[in-house]
Amino acid sequence: MTKMTLKTEGDTHIIVTRRFAAPPEAVYRAHTDPKLIQKWLLGPEGWTMPVCINEARPGGKIRYEWTNGKGGAFHLTGEYLELEPYRRIVHVERMYLPDPTPDNHIETRFDADGTGTLMTMRMTLPDAQTRAAMLATGMERGMEASYVRLEGMI
Amino acid sequence: MSSTRLNLDAAFSALADPTRRAILARLAKGETTVLELAKPFDMTQPAISQHLKVLEDAGLIVRRVEGTKRPRRLAKAGIEALDQWLAMLRRTLEKNYDRLDEVLATIDRHKKGETR
Repeated sequence: MTKMTLKTEGDTHIIVTRRFAAPPEAVYRAHTDPKLIQKWLLGPEGWTMPVCINEARPGGKIRYEWTNGKGGAFHLTGEYLELEPYRRIVHVERMYLPDPTPDNHIETRFDADGTGTLMTMRMTLPDAQTRAAMLATGMERGMEASYVRLEGMI
Repeated sequence: MSSTRLNLDAAFSALADPTRRAILARLAKGETTVLELAKPFDMTQPAISQHLKVLEDAGLIVRRVEGTKRPRRLAKAGIEALDQWLAMLRRTLEKNYDRLDEVLATIDRHKKGETR
């Protein structure tokens, strides 16, 4: 029931879906309340988010800074475009690694699904090339492909 | 090993071509000569060499000199750097959502606690 799906649409979209046991209000809050975001939007084990700016209003800024406490750090910036409380969020974001990644335009929907929520995230990359790059590294078929490839290099 | 410097833009452009993705997939299995790399494709060796140059310039593959041969292999640093942000998405999402499940369960418990 909680399994995540990830598929492509057209030339530039990536669609992610995930079911949650909580109602849309709670899932939406967990995406817009900095105190809640800092508890889960952390990436790999051992990382924390000391800086979490999330101005949940149209034009509001997003800035997340992560650290692993051992000198590793990176950050993300973004801007909110539209918000429909408990239903839908539209924002744009890019990561700095340290060079900025291409802008990712993301529409996130929170639909009631029984007593839970079906969340659908629709990412739009700037062009087919950028998405092709994502697919080429095995995103479409899952990470197995990527791990197999890394093993092949060692 | 020749030095590799990943150029993200060049790497994305390089990966946008299906032949070059197929070449990378083949190289994932190990070092390969240009002749072997050209085999599965209906292409001349110069055409393959051109694709290899694009991949090399993008920091995704490296060459080695072995007599008259120039076998190619994946540039670990380049591929890893690309993977760092490309793979981050899926891996991070899965991990994050597992954690979010726990956060949501906590909120739910608090709520129930408050109404009692």
